Amino acid sequence: MNILIIAAKEIHQAIRNRWVLAATLLLAGLALSLTFLGSAPTGNVGVRTLDVVIVSLSSLTIFLVPLIALLISHDAIVGEMERGTMLLLLSYPVARSQVLFGKFLGHLAVLAFATCLGYGLAVAALAVTGGQIDSDSLLAFVAMIGSSVLLGATFVAIGYLVSALVRDRGTAAGVCIGLWLLLVLIYDMALLGVLALDQGRNISATALNAMLLSNPTDAYRLINLTGFANVSTFAGMAGLAQTTSLTVPVLLAALLCWTLVPLGLAALAFSRREL
Amino acid sequence: MKTVRICDVTKDYGSVKAVRGASFELGQGELVALIGHNGAGKTTLMKLMLGLIRPSSGSIEVLGDNPAAGEFAGRLQLGYLPENVSFDAALTARETQAFYARLKREPVAKALDLLDTVGLGAASRRRVGTYSKGMRQRLGLAQALIGRPRVLLLDEPTTGLDPELRQTFYDVIARLAAEGATVLLSSHALTELEERAGRVIIMNRGVKVADGTIDELRRLARLPTRIRLKVSGLAPHELPAWAPTDAICRRLNGHLVEIDAAPERKIELLHRATASGNSVEDVDVVPPTLDELYAHFLRQSEQAS
Repeated sequence: MNILIIAAKEIHQAIRNRWVLAATLLLAGLALSLTFLGSAPTGNVGVRTLDVVIVSLSSLTIFLVPLIALLISHDAIVGEMERGTMLLLLSYPVARSQVLFGKFLGHLAVLAFATCLGYGLAVAALAVTGGQIDSDSLLAFVAMIGSSVLLGATFVAIGYLVSALVRDRGTAAGVCIGLWLLLVLIYDMALLGVLALDQGRNISATALNAMLLSNPTDAYRLINLTGFANVSTFAGMAGLAQTTSLTVPVLLAALLCWTLVPLGLAALAFSRREL
Repeated sequence: MKTVRICDVTKDYGSVKAVRGASFELGQGELVALIGHNGAGKTTLMKLMLGLIRPSSGSIEVLGDNPAAGEFAGRLQLGYLPENVSFDAALTARETQAFYARLKREPVAKALDLLDTVGLGAASRRRVGTYSKGMRQRLGLAQALIGRPRVLLLDEPTTGLDPELRQTFYDVIARLAAEGATVLLSSHALTELEERAGRVIIMNRGVKVADGTIDELRRLARLPTRIRLKVSGLAPHELPAWAPTDAICRRLNGHLVEIDAAPERKIELLHRATASGNSVEDVDVVPPTLDELYAHFLRQSEQAS
């Protein structure tokens, strides 16, 4: 009950602060432009447009959704402490874990709303303008939206962990930007570099799988680019899709772990903090 | 019935001892003033009672809960007003008040009525971000009064309130105390507390240096009561013939005689003054004020340490 009360307040605040509007407009704008501009190089003949959209949109999600998630979450604990609002809230009959899970639920709802509406608009626009959409593609698209929300949940949880550990808001923002750069950009470049240097001599398939699973954005990428046969042909990952042993359930489990473990640690750190 | 028990509580922040070996109990219906300098440990004590921080040693019980262990069921019946209270700027006072009422499982409509009690009225539909310090303080009071709190912890509640609202505020908490609530309030406005607090706890550098009703503290402190007499027909520096030789007497602004009387000699001195047949026109008896008592106990504890 307390969790829902706090979640409702977070949603209310996010609407009031125009967070919901900004995130929805950003995602919708980019999804729409990718949908119509992105199909220009492939043309429209004989190509299943929605599959192309999934490939480009999921690549965009990897950059954008973690960024939005970290932006709304890094402030959640340390920011409220600095503003002094946490002092009053914790004098009420609520457990600290309820405060954290309530915020999580609220922030996740905001993110899910923005993603579903933003990306949903793109499909709707495609359908209206007469693009071919079959049920396989639609299923893959729904899966992409779902996994995007899960990726958002992961980064909201990571943001909370940072927020529960650091001493001031500035540090929280800095650490979150660093984590974003590391997980979204640097990790993959480093991985590619290592693989290119190694030429498949020392790094086994198992080791590669482990390395892919230890970054939530890679797990997300694999779900969307290799999880569905119709999509992986366009992603240029059909080969990888046939050889990798990482199935969609395994990848989903990895993302779920990447959400629950940081969230649990954040709850632990928060419960020990003095203010 | 005791609602708050503090037993030999110490709280260190690194090498700073914010509270040292404090013990006291607060009962139902008590209105207690917690006074002391900045950094004397008043806020720390309140935070300890709320479980916001944990004691380094000692035990605390608030409404049957041990706040240090994270128990919070009793907080349904607890109101707290922090020093420098702040709220989420994006929400209005009404939305804020409704949120806090829901957390306490209290009817929202009744909680909203409190906004009128503290005089927010029409402004309650505006965002808290636009509020002045005094208006935030009013909202802070309104949220602390939600429900029927059995324990009220108020940290500097009257700062930023205008005199009229101060009066309303003291009326409200006096009524709550009469109905059986425990009210603990910290303040610098000692003169205001003097008439209202049934009991005073004085803190100095984390140590409780005095605890009792104002009369008890006066007895303990043995500070003189000032007797001021308006006497006619005396030369500017002359003292009346009946003036005691074993008490300090002085002349004030021409026609007043002031005597520092030990508490038990008050009546005797008044008798002497009136029996002398001299022309005493007026009498004022001024017992030591809370300000003076506070200064006395502080001096005493500084000398002891």
